[in-house]
Amino acid sequence: MLATSPAFKQNVRDALADAGLQKALAFTRPSFAGRRAAAVANLPEFEQLRDVGRDIKNHVLANLDFYLETWAGNVEKSGGQVHWCSTADDARAAVLAICQRVGAKTVTKGKSMISEELAINEHLEQHGITPVETDLGEYILQLRHEPPSHIIAPAFHLNREDWEESFRKSHTDLAEDRVFTDRRDILTEARRKLREQFLAADVGITGANFLIAETGSSVIVTNEGNGDLTQTLPKVHIVLASIEKVVPTLEDACTFLRLLARSATGQDMSVYTTFSTGARRPDDLDGPGEYHVVLIDNGRTNMIGTEFQDMLRCIRCAACMNHCPVYFTVGGHSYGWVYPGPMGSVLTPGLIGVDKAGHLPNASTFCGKCESVCPVKIPLPKLMRHWREREFERHLTPQTVRTNLALWAWFARRPAAYRFATRIAAWTLGFLGRKRGKFHALPFAGGWTDGRDLPAPEGDTFFARYARQQRNAQP
Amino acid sequence: MPELTRRPRVALFVTCLVDLHRPTVGFAAIRLLEQAGCQVEVPRAQTCCGQPAYNAGDRATARDLAAGILDAFSGYDYVVAPSGSCAGMISHHFAGLFDNDPQQRARAEALQAKTFELVAFLADVMKVTHVTGMYQGTATYHDSCSGLRELGIKAQPRALLASVAGLTLAEMAEPETCCGFGGTFCVKYPEISTRMVSDKTRDITATGADTLLAGDLGCLLNMAGRLKRENSPIRTRHIAEVLAGMTNDVPPIGEGRG
Repeated sequence: MLATSPAFKQNVRDALADAGLQKALAFTRPSFAGRRAAAVANLPEFEQLRDVGRDIKNHVLANLDFYLETWAGNVEKSGGQVHWCSTADDARAAVLAICQRVGAKTVTKGKSMISEELAINEHLEQHGITPVETDLGEYILQLRHEPPSHIIAPAFHLNREDWEESFRKSHTDLAEDRVFTDRRDILTEARRKLREQFLAADVGITGANFLIAETGSSVIVTNEGNGDLTQTLPKVHIVLASIEKVVPTLEDACTFLRLLARSATGQDMSVYTTFSTGARRPDDLDGPGEYHVVLIDNGRTNMIGTEFQDMLRCIRCAACMNHCPVYFTVGGHSYGWVYPGPMGSVLTPGLIGVDKAGHLPNASTFCGKCESVCPVKIPLPKLMRHWREREFERHLTPQTVRTNLALWAWFARRPAAYRFATRIAAWTLGFLGRKRGKFHALPFAGGWTDGRDLPAPEGDTFFARYARQQRNAQP
Repeated sequence: MPELTRRPRVALFVTCLVDLHRPTVGFAAIRLLEQAGCQVEVPRAQTCCGQPAYNAGDRATARDLAAGILDAFSGYDYVVAPSGSCAGMISHHFAGLFDNDPQQRARAEALQAKTFELVAFLADVMKVTHVTGMYQGTATYHDSCSGLRELGIKAQPRALLASVAGLTLAEMAEPETCCGFGGTFCVKYPEISTRMVSDKTRDITATGADTLLAGDLGCLLNMAGRLKRENSPIRTRHIAEVLAGMTNDVPPIGEGRG
């Protein structure tokens, strides 16, 4: 996927001017936070579970080679195949090779963010294979040729009118008098089309929420059941999973399942939780004839052993973006690549480079709400600050910022000079603003005054007044 | 920390914004601390906690400024700042700046254990339950992010405001949502910041309160600036001015002397 992250500021301006987007954001915002809060309030041990989740992930990351090898051995024992892929190119090639070998024409897909990272749909299309997104949100985005704007609610930036418009444009057999007044109408129409595709598909591709080392299983959670139809109906099931998805045991996977849905949608459990282990065995009544896992690094091992390793604990619940005031101001597309919100602001620079994604970790107030709701306690503001440090070290920080910072730092290191300079500044601004108490505009302060008045200072610094008071108090 | 048998010696960390912009908040802090039984001193060799550098990724400058504060603020029983953000910087981030210098790190850890935000210090350490301030009006209180999430300041300001004669508190819809200030964020991404503070002023206005209070001057300047741009009659003040009864000393933030 081509990153527009370098154009973040322009993306933001477009997003703020997009009335439909702003309507959708305002509509959704309260429900995400409210539902999570209610679910968490109903589970007294939720806070302890967060610690347990963090510790399991830290343990796995410290022993990643061991758990991946154990998991891969168990996949093979259960009749599956593991394809180890260092890069997105390797992963695309592995998927294509499987599809071509079985002569696939149609491939159904469950929702998978790593598949966005690989831009797998475009790759398959280029080779004459038709990918069909089966998650309702992803399906409409595929019709509209748009990327997802959220990692679990990919199309929530669209309003009902957008859905209707896309169906009427793409479903050419749609009767003109069909009405789309509520969600059910939308769902019925998508289901009608998708049912044909589920039955026609030669290969089904899903992501994985977890890989379980002790059993070699992969786990997906969905609310629509589309993932199950995607992975059980076709002859071949391909799982796309990144290396940090592995957990040691079934018990550990269950711990994360208790955290995941509550953090994500405020559900106790997602509607469907499906464990897949290997290919169909002779006595099995259903299941795919082949089970492949394309295991993807794509830059993640570069984060291991660095200050960014904590980011690999992420279980993609979206709680951070669901509670982020910046995300709900600018929407997911502004971030310009696969992963938006606070987790994207840390992960994206790690995967596509901080030179391209530098705005993301800077566009945060460090309000800390994301960290406070993260089910595996990733210190997101701290990690964003580390990206700012990398930028500063590499001189990627804009020169004007560096110059202003250096000038300020020169004074801040020298209290006497600082006293003198601040006294002049405070006195001047205080004098100019004494009548109205504020400035509507000031030279070089447009960033502040375009949207706000600048309150005027009192006029004297604290230290000047304090020194005067101390002198006067002397006998 | 052992119980003191004498008046605690408290060093006031004025904060750069209070020094430059609103000295009255510093004097209000001194009055409140003295009323609570503290002996207050103001070390002269202080400028800024270093957050502008720290959050810009300039650790070296942040470390230099932190080292200056370690020197200036050693030897006191407590360090108190009228800001959750600056107090949080000292008490949660200083030690990490000296990971490669065990001696300085130990000093930073000692400092961070005795550094507090003003209102939390009054309520939690000095066990203040009542203040002498009086204020006629209905106020709404915004929880600034660092104070709330780093330092756990939530109940203390509300408890002390409840003791202010004449003051009624009206909670806004999302008092814990960031106002969009974020230090230099507000000028680096002004469109996002302005939209966030507009959401905030909408919630503030909806309470019907005539006064907005908070414990951090950065957030207050941001919110007051937006309220003034909207021609709102709502008056904005730092909570310390109200608790100390010093609202006659200075006009509300963003308002002139006539």
